[in-house]
Amino acid sequence: MNATFTKFALAGLVSALLAGGAVALPQKTECLAGAKPGGGFDVTCRLAANSLLAAKLIEQPMVVTYMEGGVGAIAYNHVVGKRAADPSLIVAASTGSALLLAQGKFGSHDENAVRWIGALGADYGVIVVSADSPYKTLKELSDAYGANPASFPIGGGGAVGSQDWMKAALIAKGAGQDPKKMRYVALEGGGAVLTSLEGGHIKIGAGDASEMVKHHLAGKVRILAVMSPERLTGDLANIPTTREQGYDFDWVIWRGYYTGAKVSDADYAAWTDAFGKLVQTPEFKAELAARGLFPYTLIGPAFDAKVKSDVLRFKTLAKEAGL
Amino acid sequence: MTLDYLWTGFSVALSWQNLLIGLVGCFLGTIIGALPAIGPINGIALLLPIAYTLGLPPESTMILLAAIYTGSEYGGRISSILLNVPGDAGAVMTALDGNPLARQGRAGEALMISGLSSFVGGIIGVVGLTLFAPFLASLAIGFGPAEYFVLMVFAFATLGSMVGSQPVKTLIGCVLGLMLATVGLDPTSGAYRFTFDSPELGDGIDFVVLVIGLFSISEAMLMLESHATGTSIVGKVGRTFVRWKDVVFTTGATLRGSIIGFVVGVLPGTGASVASAVSYTLEKRVSDRDGTFGKGDMRGLASPEAANNSCAAGAFVPMLTLGVPGSGTTAVMLGALMLYNIQPGPQLFAERPEIVGGLIASLYIGNVLLLLLNIPFVGIFSRLLLLPNWILVPGILVLSVVGVYSTHASVEAVLLMLGIGCMGWLLRKLGFDMAPIILGFVLGKVMEVNLRNALAISGGELSILFQSHISIILWVLAAFVAVGPWALQRWSRRRAARV
Repeated sequence: MNATFTKFALAGLVSALLAGGAVALPQKTECLAGAKPGGGFDVTCRLAANSLLAAKLIEQPMVVTYMEGGVGAIAYNHVVGKRAADPSLIVAASTGSALLLAQGKFGSHDENAVRWIGALGADYGVIVVSADSPYKTLKELSDAYGANPASFPIGGGGAVGSQDWMKAALIAKGAGQDPKKMRYVALEGGGAVLTSLEGGHIKIGAGDASEMVKHHLAGKVRILAVMSPERLTGDLANIPTTREQGYDFDWVIWRGYYTGAKVSDADYAAWTDAFGKLVQTPEFKAELAARGLFPYTLIGPAFDAKVKSDVLRFKTLAKEAGL
Repeated sequence: MTLDYLWTGFSVALSWQNLLIGLVGCFLGTIIGALPAIGPINGIALLLPIAYTLGLPPESTMILLAAIYTGSEYGGRISSILLNVPGDAGAVMTALDGNPLARQGRAGEALMISGLSSFVGGIIGVVGLTLFAPFLASLAIGFGPAEYFVLMVFAFATLGSMVGSQPVKTLIGCVLGLMLATVGLDPTSGAYRFTFDSPELGDGIDFVVLVIGLFSISEAMLMLESHATGTSIVGKVGRTFVRWKDVVFTTGATLRGSIIGFVVGVLPGTGASVASAVSYTLEKRVSDRDGTFGKGDMRGLASPEAANNSCAAGAFVPMLTLGVPGSGTTAVMLGALMLYNIQPGPQLFAERPEIVGGLIASLYIGNVLLLLLNIPFVGIFSRLLLLPNWILVPGILVLSVVGVYSTHASVEAVLLMLGIGCMGWLLRKLGFDMAPIILGFVLGKVMEVNLRNALAISGGELSILFQSHISIILWVLAAFVAVGPWALQRWSRRRAARV
């Protein structure tokens, strides 16, 4: 026990020296997912945990823990209140976290209550219809919707105010309709969006690219547009973006991490350094692809600025949509 | 469709290392199921990274996870029967008749009969999965919000059987459950309801917290009380073999439970808690002529146990054919497949027969292994009853607290559980049953979301609830279940009077 400890301590010391004076990551690291196992936060945590270990940037496996509640709200409050100074902890976050912060759904804390480390990947919103739908392009769908919004129930995997609802609201707005009047169906997750489309219970679905792509390839649904600023690569390379089809909106779901506000600058730098190195490694790229995520790197101050500008943007968006 | 994939599957699942993995999974699953608060989701989430790190091939991982899932459905009944503490969500109904049996000194028989009905339920579920998966998947798609709503109306109609001798208390309990279900995020509008600005209540009251509070905490309090007042408890285990008479007696209940459980399992919007609740209330409606249910009727034990096991198998139908999870546990397993870069869906049967086949074959084998494992287990587990209260009560409390804390990592959840436990103790002292509360809670949530979604689709038109064939059939069934037994009774009484 003692011998292994010394070995690890030595290894840590050596890597710290190699890292050019920056503080190394702590021996024991933890990633907190603010939800049940199996969801997006879990994927985000496993991405960091598996690739950091595979790329040998950490010695011991990173522990992934779960704290379910309020789509990350409980975890956020827990970190702010109890583990603000813990340098070994990173917490999974996403665009959804910024959206909830913008709506004041993370309790009394705002986006300045933690330190944003970086985003390592992204997913993008998609607009889907069932495979037998007569609409082949976003324009056709949007025109039909604009003509008769009441006959187009839109489904998404979340309540009013969730990311999928925001996507639906953008579609409605794009068609010149009032988002407040759309027939939005709040379903439980992307799987339910798929079955509801197939069963004809909803006409339009809002979802995430990584989840819908397999159903698109299997011919169960048709993705009419990806809500990304640029064309995606891989399986969705032939699907035009919303902007290409003349609509001025997109939906980027970044997947990133934060740590407590009282974590020292040196410890924070250890994380940003590690992430900076990580994204260059082939091990990371393989992990990212295995999880169906797209490359998207924003580390340190750039990520911090992104989160804060997102929160601001969502505040206006929420107001416009009548939340 | 040919069943070639299944033969491939059996040859995969019967290799010695996969058999061993299956056995380990069954054993772990039984333990995970028997421990209160820790259910199959947590067990699988815990073991998945280990399996992945060990470099197990995907089919072996799926076999391990499926074995844990099946095992926990067997295990949940053990603590339900012996301690009146449901081991997992699907085993809540098992406690209603299982625990009274144990109190009558028939714990061994109760465990054997429920083990047997678990086995029958499991096997019927897997056979259904093997034969009808693609057909059922297309049927499940027909279930939209309106159909789910009417299904819940049907479930509430079966609840009429729970009314029993104290209709007002049953009603109050049910409403209490419905009220508890409204706490938390409004599923449609996204507003917070009754959370008192506490983020802990944002997701509402967790089912596990509610069940552990209502059952195990209040049970421990009652035990303490009976100890203080000097009432003795049963220290008798009874026989640990089944009588042929009991098997025949429960056959109908087991078969009905299996079919209901499987159908509910196939529907992606419902789970083991709904399956066992509906099968129990329906069985009570059908068979309970002498008011023996709830007092230790073997049929009230067999039906929900068969249902939760066949539900577990049914939940694989949407997962394997549609690529959408049929339950929380299959959601994690779906995640496991994606980890191996395998896309679930109908093409999986053709592309990766060793995985689908291995999984289904392992469900057959797992059920047989579990039946064999459970026979010697019965004798060992039922000795739990011989433990004195001064070990049992703290034991239950520790397991409950640790279980809830380990899944929620929050002290508030533990406090909530204790609070609910005190409420449960008070209600039990006042002569309330816990079952209507649980049923109101489970069914109310699904009912509310689907009613609101159905009305969102139709723009407020109620006619959507009567539009499809499925809805109409369900309405008729609901009416029949609600009024049928009463009408039948009157009719037979009138006939008897005439004779």
